[in-house]
Amino acid sequence: MPALPLDEAGKYVAGAYVVFVAMILIYVVIMAIRLQRIEREVAELDELAARKQREESDHREEDLGRPDAARLSQDAGLEAPRR
Amino acid sequence: MQGKGLRGLSIATAATLVTAFALVFFYAPLDADQGFVQKIFYLHVPMAIVALCGFIFGGICAIGFLRTRDRKWDLRSYVAIHLSLILGVGVLITGSIWARASWGHWWVWDEPTLVSFLIIFLLYACYQPLRFSIEDPDKQARYAAVFAILAGAFVPLNFLAVRLAQPLAHPRVLGASGNLPSSMEFVFLVSLAGMVLLFITLWRYEMAAKQTRMRLKSLRQRLLSS
Repeated sequence: MPALPLDEAGKYVAGAYVVFVAMILIYVVIMAIRLQRIEREVAELDELAARKQREESDHREEDLGRPDAARLSQDAGLEAPRR
Repeated sequence: MQGKGLRGLSIATAATLVTAFALVFFYAPLDADQGFVQKIFYLHVPMAIVALCGFIFGGICAIGFLRTRDRKWDLRSYVAIHLSLILGVGVLITGSIWARASWGHWWVWDEPTLVSFLIIFLLYACYQPLRFSIEDPDKQARYAAVFAILAGAFVPLNFLAVRLAQPLAHPRVLGASGNLPSSMEFVFLVSLAGMVLLFITLWRYEMAAKQTRMRLKSLRQRLLSS
């Protein structure tokens, strides 16, 4: 087959290179969507860790808020062998 | 860390590809036989070479997995095959465009090079359905590794068989005959380097993304169980 004239060949060459660039662009878009998902997961985990931390500090405060009861039971334990 | 050095690699890849395409259109001479259509060669052939090498690399990583049972090798193999499949789609599309412009047909069934690439592509197209049809992760990785090794061994055998066959219409540009002028060869090598860098960059991006997701998953489990 004889070589195509430049105006006709140009369409095919442009088509091939556009396919390649489009593939790369689609891939980059997919990667960006994945990155967004990862960012969302990191934010969720951040929130989960903060909630855990809050719960732990609440428990600690609860323990600190009941010093008399703890001391009483300790005293009771100490008194028992003395008798 | 997987993400280390990715910025430099990405810049090098973009620079090499832009240089290669600039050389294709402003430096490489027009082919005496095919004319301007031959410019597709600088895109199509490097992409095909990198895709085939990626399939073989996937097989080598699969051997690494079977030897060590380290899931990292399985992930490497999976990502290499996944990327090679994407490049394979590009090879088939650009090849069809080139065939239409040069031979007047979108596809030529009696041409061994084209059909052999299609066979390899279809073979690897079974990889992901096979992989994700198995639920047990250990079994999945093992079966996928065996598939990747067998298919990876088929790639060079297939290439050799096609080389030994009588060429019909597909041009032979690489080899002992060396019918490529030095200026064209230089541009081709720059394009090939760009495509290799592109594969490595995308492979590393994909690996980094997958490993980050795995780490997040384990972190979530640890947080929920504590």
